Formats: sequence, structure tokens, C-alpha cells
Amino acid sequence: MTKLTYAQAISDALAEEMRRDSNVVLWGLDVGPYGGAFAATVGLYDEFGPERVIDMPISEAGYTGAGVGAAATGLRPVVELQFSDWITIASDMLVNQAAKMRYMFGGDIAVPMVLRAPVGGYQSAAAQHSQSFESFFSFVPGLKVVLPSTPYDVKGLLKSAIRDDNPVIFFEHKELYETEGEVPEEEYTIPLGEADVKRQGSDVTLVAYAYMVPMSLRAADRLADEGIDVEVVDLRTVDPLDEETVLASLRKTHRLVIVQEVWRKCSVSSEIAAIAAEKALYYLDAPIVRVTSKDVPSPFSPVLEAFVLPNEERIVAAVKRVVS
Amino acid sequence: MDIPHEKLVQMYELMLKIRHFESRVRDLFAAGEMPGFVHLYLGEEAVAAGACAALEAEDTITSTHRGHGHIIAKGGEMKRMMAELYGKATGYNKGKGGSMHIAAPSLGILGANGIVGAGLPIATGAGLSAKLRKTGRVALCFFGDGASNQGTFHESINIASALDLPVVYVCENNMYGVGTRQCDVRNVEDIADRAVGYGIPGLAVDGNDVIAVYEACREAVDRARDGLGPTLIECKTYRWQCHFEGEPDTYRSPEEVAAWREREPIAPYRSKLIEQGVLTEDEADAIETDVVQTLDEAVEFARQSPLPEPETALQDLWA
Repeated sequence: MTKLTYAQAISDALAEEMRRDSNVVLWGLDVGPYGGAFAATVGLYDEFGPERVIDMPISEAGYTGAGVGAAATGLRPVVELQFSDWITIASDMLVNQAAKMRYMFGGDIAVPMVLRAPVGGYQSAAAQHSQSFESFFSFVPGLKVVLPSTPYDVKGLLKSAIRDDNPVIFFEHKELYETEGEVPEEEYTIPLGEADVKRQGSDVTLVAYAYMVPMSLRAADRLADEGIDVEVVDLRTVDPLDEETVLASLRKTHRLVIVQEVWRKCSVSSEIAAIAAEKALYYLDAPIVRVTSKDVPSPFSPVLEAFVLPNEERIVAAVKRVVS
Repeated sequence: MDIPHEKLVQMYELMLKIRHFESRVRDLFAAGEMPGFVHLYLGEEAVAAGACAALEAEDTITSTHRGHGHIIAKGGEMKRMMAELYGKATGYNKGKGGSMHIAAPSLGILGANGIVGAGLPIATGAGLSAKLRKTGRVALCFFGDGASNQGTFHESINIASALDLPVVYVCENNMYGVGTRQCDVRNVEDIADRAVGYGIPGLAVDGNDVIAVYEACREAVDRARDGLGPTLIECKTYRWQCHFEGEPDTYRSPEEVAAWREREPIAPYRSKLIEQGVLTEDEADAIETDVVQTLDEAVEFARQSPLPEPETALQDLWA
């Protein structure tokens, strides 16, 4: 084991996959000598050169679409958006092209591309640099959506995403890039679509993903001091969604709290709640509680942003509500 | 440019295939034999035929919502195309795509596309893939005058120019974007002039002259294959039909339509081939007879083919 930051784990995963397969190439804004806006591609330009680590103009639709065309013709491009908020500019290439090509063409083509993008708030970055669109993209059949929460997960999941023959949207939380964690020195991958129980518990199931996982774990520690035993399920991949791990936990704890950083309406948390209601209603001893962002754009001023986004206190309060 | 006779005849046959295929689709669609809607390529045959004749089999194309001509010219089989238009299991896309999405990756066809301007980044990516993988392939992108006003046009050509990608951008300027006259929403006469802004060659040619299209594309394809980067070619042409079949033609004068039909691409080309001794009258007739026979068989194949099993709607999403 070695200690790596989340950003280092990403660049390690990229380097390993680029060494393993010459068809893996990387492009985006500032991914070259600059090393990526969040330092997730540091060192790659030096090792692989300008042919495989390509700086692009600020043309999100253009270079994301080039990823689709390149993936359809033999490359395995990893395309980086500097902020995920700009995915809306590239969304036709993801929603109407990457997600549809295989199906629409009768299974006659594959689009093995990964779109990496930093997500999330808590940085006073305001409304156009704080979003996370996993609910949006998991709505669309044909796209896989991954949101790792630890250095170990981000490395193993990114390697799997690159090897996957389908388009994968890989969201990396900005608050996690500098967090550290243990990562094995030997090679490993983590399959897409498998949740991970990050903390075993018997009283309440707390489902979370991305930056909400460490926050939920901290809340769980506080609740443990009060005698409440919380199980934290990290979804890791929201599409495909590991329903079974969520339901198994629920059948054990009989209580469900869903924690999600983003807006509440028509979201991943709505989907989890619906699955619980459809498939495990009679196991529930209390109504499902969701902790989410309030349904407004991310405000700038720290006091406003803190009011809108989930925090440890809200998670603690939500858990207390379902056990009361 | 010295064009081999075989190539001249190939372009004649391709144009005839497109003309007859589209005329038949027009009639069959009007007769209610096909679901959905269709956008026909009648009148623009010389663009697809001339451009695809300049490509090798391994080269790739991206197409548009008005794509039947491109698919035929790149080697698409009429029977599998027709079956797709009928929504049959034997179609190129097993009935999942229809008119606007016919694709045949094995023929280098990365798909017709229902989104105006979406093919440009995809062709650019195919060019980037060819360059990085050193396959020697060229990507040719068909798009319309309407698409030239999309951001993807500018973004893609800039990227291809900056990275010297082997892409040929072929703009089919048929003067109308759905029902809007494009010169009213664009302030340059020639779309080809936009190439200047990206530091690449741009030329406007008569899109109803298959030789002119072929020569321009041939030069651009050679240039791309030699690693000299992309070219923008504007082919000035006209669609005889409305944007889609069944649309009332309220936006074009009958005189304008008649004048362009007068300038149709196939008959004068046939005369030229006969005059130059490339084909005899009989040989030219025989080619047409064969095309019509293949088309008849294609329609029969489509009619007789089975519909897809409903449950197949759940297949082919994931690789």
C-alpha cells in the first residue's frame, strides 16, 4: 500500500492504462504541460508526448464529439472537461451521439470513450462552476455514470471505465482531489456498477456517493457516540446502479437516509427512494428521508452556499429523524 | 485531371442508383408503405457520387438527415437500406435507426445523423483516430449549409486545422435550411470563404457537376492523406423535393425549382460520357436497367423481410 491523493490516483490510472494500450489517448483543455486544472494529468505529457496527451481549444462540443468519432474508429479516448458545468455545451455529443450510436445502429458499433469532469460545490465557485449532472446523465440510457469517493476507488474505477466498451461519464469531486488514501502498489480494477459498504452498521442505511461519502462517514462517527449504528453505502456508480447492495442493507437496517449533494427533483435520490418503495416497502420501519441541496442554483457567498448544500449536521438530524 | 474510365462509369452508376432509389422511396412513402418521415436527396446526386468516388473503401464518412445518397455512394446495399426504411429486422440497423440513422461501420459509414451539424465533430474524431493510429484513412464529412452555422462546424474545422487532421469537409449548399433561405441568415456568399478563418483551403464548386466535385474532393483527399490537413469544399446544389416528404412547398418559387431541375446532374453527364466514347448508348442503358432491377429486388426484399421481434427493442444498448 502507498498513500496517494485522489488526483495522483487518477494520473496513475491514466498512465497505467496508456502504457497498457496504445489506443488510450487523452485530450482536453490544459491537460498537457499544464497538467490539468486540478493536477490530475501531471506527468502524462512528459511520459506520452503531444501525440497522446493533446491540448484542445475551448471547444467542448467539438472535442467531446471528436472523442465520439475517435472511439467509434478504434481509439479509447479519455476526454477531460475542465469543469463539469460545461458538459451542457457538449451534451448533444453525449446524449444524442455517444449514448445512441450503438443502439440506433443496431449494435453495429461501440463507443469506448470516457468523459472525465470535476464536479461539486463547497468552494464558493457560484452557479456555473459548482454543479454535478449525474441525475441528468443517468436518466439517459446508454451512458454509464461513475462518481468515486476515495483515491482507491477512483483509480480502480477509472481503469475499468477506460477498458469499458461503452461511453462512461466519470465525475471527480473537486473537494476530493487533494484527499489522501491507501492505494495498493499492485494493479487492480473495480467493476462499474458495484456499490461499496464503507461502514457497517445495523440501525440505519445511509446511501451516498462522491463527496457525500466522507461527510456521511463523519456524521456516522458522531452518531455512533450517541449509540446509533449507521451503515454507509457508497454507490460509486449511479448508472448502472447496484440496487442489490442498497436493498440488502435496507433489509438489515429497515431505515433509509439518502444523501446527495445535488438538487432533489428527479434525481438519483428520487430513483433510490423509488426503488426502495417498489422493492422493499415492507422492510421500512420509517419514511425515507433525503438530504440534498435545496433546489436553487449554487449561490456564491459562503453563508448562502452553506445554507443550500448538505452538511454533517443535516445528515445527523436526518438519521435521528428516522430512528426516532 | 485524368480520370480513369472505370471511375467515370462508377460515378454514373452511383448517381443513377441514388436517383432511382430516392424516386422509389418518394413513391413508396407517398403510398404509405413506410413509417416515420424521409428527407430525399433528389437533385444532389453528383455531390455524394463525386465525393465518395474520391475515397478508398477503408475511408470513413459521416452523413446527415438527408443521407440516403451518401450511404449508397459509400457502398451501402439498397436492399438493406430499403429494409431499414421499412423498419424491418434485415435493415442495416435492425429497424432501430430508420431513414435518418442508417450506418454501416464495416463500409466506413459512421452514420446518418438526425442532429444538424453533429457529424462534424464525429468526422473530426475519426480523422484524429486515423492520424494517431496511422491507418492512412481519411474522414469525409457531409453536412449542409444549415450546419455551417452551428458551433460544431467552427469548432471542428478549427481543431482539424490546428492538429492537421485528415478530414475533408464537404458542405452541400442546397440553399435552404428546412424552410429558411440560407442567404437570409448568412452574410457571406460562399460558405467556402469561411476556410480562410481557419487557415485551410476552401473552394466552392458546382455541386451538380460530378466531375467538379470529384476533382475537388480527390485533391482534398490526397492532401489529407499526405498529412497536409483538412479542406473545406462547398458544393452548390439544390434539393428538388421539400425538406421532408409531405411538406408543402410554400417557400420556394416554382420557377426556381424548375430552373434547378433543368440543371440536373445526370443526363448531361451521360451525354458527355457517350460523346467522349466512355460508354455507348447501349452500355449506358444497360447500367440503368441493372440499377432498376437491383432496386426492384431491394423493394421486394424489404417487403418480404420480417419485422423485428418487439423484444429486440431491449437489445443493442450496451457493448
